[in-house]
Amino acid sequence: MTESWRRPTRLLLAALGVLTIVFLIGPSLVVIPMGFSSSQILEFPPPGWSLRWYEKALTDPSWTNGFVNSFQVAIVTAVVTTILGTFAAMGIARGRFPGKGFVNAMILSPLIVPVIIVAIGMFSIYVRWKITGTLMGLVVAHTALALPFVVVTVSTSLRTIDRNLELAAQNLGADHVRTFTRITLPLILPGVLAGFLFAFLTSWDEVVVAIFLTTAKFRTLPVEMWEQVRQVVDPTVAAVATIVLAVTTVVLLLVFVVRRQAPTT
Amino acid sequence: MTTSDRLAATGGKPALVLRGLAKRFGDVAAVDGVDLEVRRGEFLTLLGPSGSGKTTTLRMIAGFTSQSAGTIEIDGVDMSRVPPYRRDVGMVFQNYALYPHMTVAENVAFPLQMRHMARAEIKRQVADTLGLVKLASHGERYPRQLSGGQQQRIALARAVVFKPRLLLMDEPLGALDKKLRESLQLEIMHISRELGATVIYVTHDQEEALVMSDRIAIFRDGRIEQLGGGEDLYDRPISLFVADFIGESNILRGRFERDGAGGWLNRGAWRLRVGAPAVERAPIEDGSQAALIVRPERLLIVGMGEDGGVGANHVEATVSDVLYLGSMRKYALRLTDGQAAVVRRPVDGEREFAHGDRVHLTWAVDDAVLVDASERSP
Repeated sequence: MTESWRRPTRLLLAALGVLTIVFLIGPSLVVIPMGFSSSQILEFPPPGWSLRWYEKALTDPSWTNGFVNSFQVAIVTAVVTTILGTFAAMGIARGRFPGKGFVNAMILSPLIVPVIIVAIGMFSIYVRWKITGTLMGLVVAHTALALPFVVVTVSTSLRTIDRNLELAAQNLGADHVRTFTRITLPLILPGVLAGFLFAFLTSWDEVVVAIFLTTAKFRTLPVEMWEQVRQVVDPTVAAVATIVLAVTTVVLLLVFVVRRQAPTT
Repeated sequence: MTTSDRLAATGGKPALVLRGLAKRFGDVAAVDGVDLEVRRGEFLTLLGPSGSGKTTTLRMIAGFTSQSAGTIEIDGVDMSRVPPYRRDVGMVFQNYALYPHMTVAENVAFPLQMRHMARAEIKRQVADTLGLVKLASHGERYPRQLSGGQQQRIALARAVVFKPRLLLMDEPLGALDKKLRESLQLEIMHISRELGATVIYVTHDQEEALVMSDRIAIFRDGRIEQLGGGEDLYDRPISLFVADFIGESNILRGRFERDGAGGWLNRGAWRLRVGAPAVERAPIEDGSQAALIVRPERLLIVGMGEDGGVGANHVEATVSDVLYLGSMRKYALRLTDGQAAVVRRPVDGEREFAHGDRVHLTWAVDDAVLVDASERSP
């Protein structure tokens, strides 16, 4: 009786799961064959196969500059965000100060506030300060967007480590700095690295804020893609998109590997 | 610095002095005025039920928690506001708190590295200390590869390797099974004696406290209810709480009546003699509620017909259960007024009683302790 009830339900559940996955990643997968197309325009399905759009993506300076710029911004953002975010998470998890809840909410707010609002706000100030189109300007903006990811992953790691380990370190003669460097940091390192990778990804494919804060002289890859899709319709953009997707996938896989490394007490 | 050096350097001052130590969390006083002096080399146990303030007291000594009032002196130096990493006390945690990302040897080396000791000297001392806890060959392993008992010995090694002024232990054997606990009790005693360490040991296990301690401080509601050696506490508890907490006891409540140096305890039809020493130890007002405490092995069972063996104090009872414990026989009895009683007698050469036997329970007047039972009694 229960079996006959169960089997159709399970099948339905499985079908729903497959549909959801197709719905989520289908659009990304459509892009991949279009990059290998022999056609002059973006079309699906491709009429034939060719690698020339990849050749163009990796040689045309407007694309290669985009790669270099995006990578620089993402790496610097990840480093800065990881350092700031780790200390912020430590302060929130271990510190006792008034307004802690408020500080925490402010750090997490970029997750909730619409990006376009953040972008417009930053743009109006950046224009006045004349720092649009600079690497550091975009890094600062992306750091604000990526900070919540680092704070959340590091806070989660901090919650899993036994407070007594830190107390024991102090008891054994380690001041706060050495307790952090010798005990806390090694134990939360998987969370810190995961936060670093998330911060990298946040910046790597960020387009809204970047459209406002970049200029023709300094463009990141997603902005270049946005511009090209509006003007040109050759399949290079699909090739670039596939490369971006590949980098993102590798970084996400790294996150999983890093998370597995968590030491067990 | 060896123990004798330190003795000379500190002029024989007590290793630890607590004065009026208190800790309030909001309106609740977790520790409510603790005064304590611990001698150098002494093994002192803080014993009490959970929430009695013993662990909070230990954490204040370690410096993890700041006190609301009072002072902490270690080796004659006021440590009240000194951060934990400059107090030079070692602590063993109940859950071991070993570093999972370090090997056993690295764990034990940690406090020495924090003291900037030379590498060769660290290596030598780590090896010595691992030898002391009989785990010399386990230095390269990680804590998770060791058993619970082994982990606890590593935690002990790490807490003593830097020769701290005090060794604090917070229910270190709480997570282990009974047999392992007993062998580790002996080991901890031997090691601390060998090192001449001053130990402050927290437990809620009264047997553990009796076995290991030179003195025991019984905690109740944030205060020390009684401080003394195991025999003091067992033979001369100052309250029902202590009598109840340490060992088994028979408690006979009644109204106290003063009579010269001694007195009487009136309980229903019974009028029980109280010896002068017992009255002297417990100044109880004439006519107030009191209780006589008699330990199970101080009670003698006498058959109903053999009134010759009955002493000044005796009550009638019926045997309800007989438990054979190897060297001892434990009798559970019910007094004629319904109260339960326990008697422990050696098996050899004593008459055996059986379920349903009607008997007299009798005791020497000076084997009973008189305590106040007017208020605050469990």
